Amino acid sequence: MDKRGPAFYLLAGFFALFVIFLYGPTVTIALLSFQGPQGSLTFPMRGLSLHWFRNLFATQMVGDFGGSFTRSIILALIVMTLTVCISLLAGLAFRRRFRGATVLFYLTIASLIIPSILISLGIGLLFSVLGLQPTWWGSALGAHLTWTLPFGVLIMFAVFNRFDRSLEEAARDLGASPWQGFRHVVLPLITPSLIGVGLFGFSLSYDEFARSSMTAGSDNTLPLEIYGMTTNVTTPVLYALGTLTTLFSLSVIFVCLTLVLLLRRRPR
Amino acid sequence: MSSTPNTGARGISLRAFAPHLLALPLWAVLGVFLLVPILMIVFVSFLDYNDAGLIYRFVLDNYHDTLGSPVMWRTYLHTLQFAVLVWALTLSIGFTVAYFLAFHVRTQLWQMVLFQLCAIPFLTSNIIRMISWIPTLGRNGLINQALMGAGVIGKPLEWLLFSDFAVVLAFVHLYTLFMVVPIFNTMMRIDRSLIEAARDAGAGFWQVLGQVIIPLSLPGIAIGTIFVVTLVMGDFVTVSMMGGGQSASMGLMMSNSIGLLQYPTAAAQAMVLLVTVLLMVAAILRVVDIRKEL
Repeated sequence: MDKRGPAFYLLAGFFALFVIFLYGPTVTIALLSFQGPQGSLTFPMRGLSLHWFRNLFATQMVGDFGGSFTRSIILALIVMTLTVCISLLAGLAFRRRFRGATVLFYLTIASLIIPSILISLGIGLLFSVLGLQPTWWGSALGAHLTWTLPFGVLIMFAVFNRFDRSLEEAARDLGASPWQGFRHVVLPLITPSLIGVGLFGFSLSYDEFARSSMTAGSDNTLPLEIYGMTTNVTTPVLYALGTLTTLFSLSVIFVCLTLVLLLRRRPR
Repeated sequence: MSSTPNTGARGISLRAFAPHLLALPLWAVLGVFLLVPILMIVFVSFLDYNDAGLIYRFVLDNYHDTLGSPVMWRTYLHTLQFAVLVWALTLSIGFTVAYFLAFHVRTQLWQMVLFQLCAIPFLTSNIIRMISWIPTLGRNGLINQALMGAGVIGKPLEWLLFSDFAVVLAFVHLYTLFMVVPIFNTMMRIDRSLIEAARDAGAGFWQVLGQVIIPLSLPGIAIGTIFVVTLVMGDFVTVSMMGGGQSASMGLMMSNSIGLLQYPTAAAQAMVLLVTVLLMVAAILRVVDIRKEL
């Protein structure tokens, strides 16, 4: 590449503005959540305290924060586990031609592009026609999977497209059974990608609103609870909740990235 | 090989059967929670209803009402406007960011770090990211404070937060990374020697961009477009939160029908939305084979 000209600095400036645009608003609510009891929803900062975070845990202030948080985490863990397992199996299936593979592939794409509200409405209608109660661990779980699985399957698709089959052949020539080949050759090589799929599954479910809206039943997940708060809470407690849940998401991402880096460094 | 013909034969039949078994869980989930619910919407869109609930009688009234309603068509066009505007904005911003990352950032480490920086917000809450605009755009927000402080305006601008402007801003904020990620991926696969060759043949910056980089980035642009357009077309959360009642979309209209328990109407509106989205995606897929891109 040639010397850094004005184009580089122009684009770098644009990129910096983009990053400020991406993260700036989140930083503002993080700052405002540390205000004193007189705090409001806008600047300037009024005092400095942890008042609104304490307020968050006093249950009478904001709906059912603890319950919805617990439900969201449990749901996200189930979605994560199922997404990793089902995507891996489907990814292995797509390595070979099989009847219906093209239909299944397009169904997966359809799952990605069909608007969330349609999935939500459809599942809601299905459950009501069948006379079933929608629940966060039943209908909402299914609704979330229709959003996380396409990402998982497409990631596995990409991984196996680039996978060097000669490694498996080498294992087979050395006498490994198909299971041994999978367990000792394929699995270790794709583990970082599986962690990525898990991260998608967890985060997308944890933050999902639209697909939970008609499918979660009587018990709210956290995003539903937060959405409800936006209409009737006008104090920085909203920001405190936003700050906490964003920090939680960021730590999940951080843990996954660290895991991947550790796995990469491990001597083979 | 040590396998006898006998086990070999069994191995072959099992091998032929295995992909079906492996794909079964995916079939099951997508069948129960995608295919059947969509068929359910089709079914309900032809049903009658009253205050007590659904009436199992085939009628075309819902389509008649939906397709004959001027409000519905206005909302439809308004949603298309959102989609086109947000598409144009996310594409220009996303392309520029991806171009910078792919062609101007030199070390792979920095490329990865800056790329992750663009992708991370995808894994945080959209609702919180919308709420986070209040301190900036609100009536007493940073922008109004600054403009009033500078004497540009006498009283706060009311259209910053609850308006079409706020909706588009939030869409761009939420969805630009859906453009950055796929475009960056295709750009990284462009053979750098092609660009050298174009330069050696005397092509200037704009020629390289217009005749080498953009054509070769088209698959990424197509994937980003599919994401952004379908997300905007089907959205109801952003329009309801950022529009504050001042804005409309197909999704929000559906959501309102659902709130009024008019499920057959909502289902007919859903069909209009579904057909539109599928036609748009089919048009894009005619241009690019995304299966090759994975």
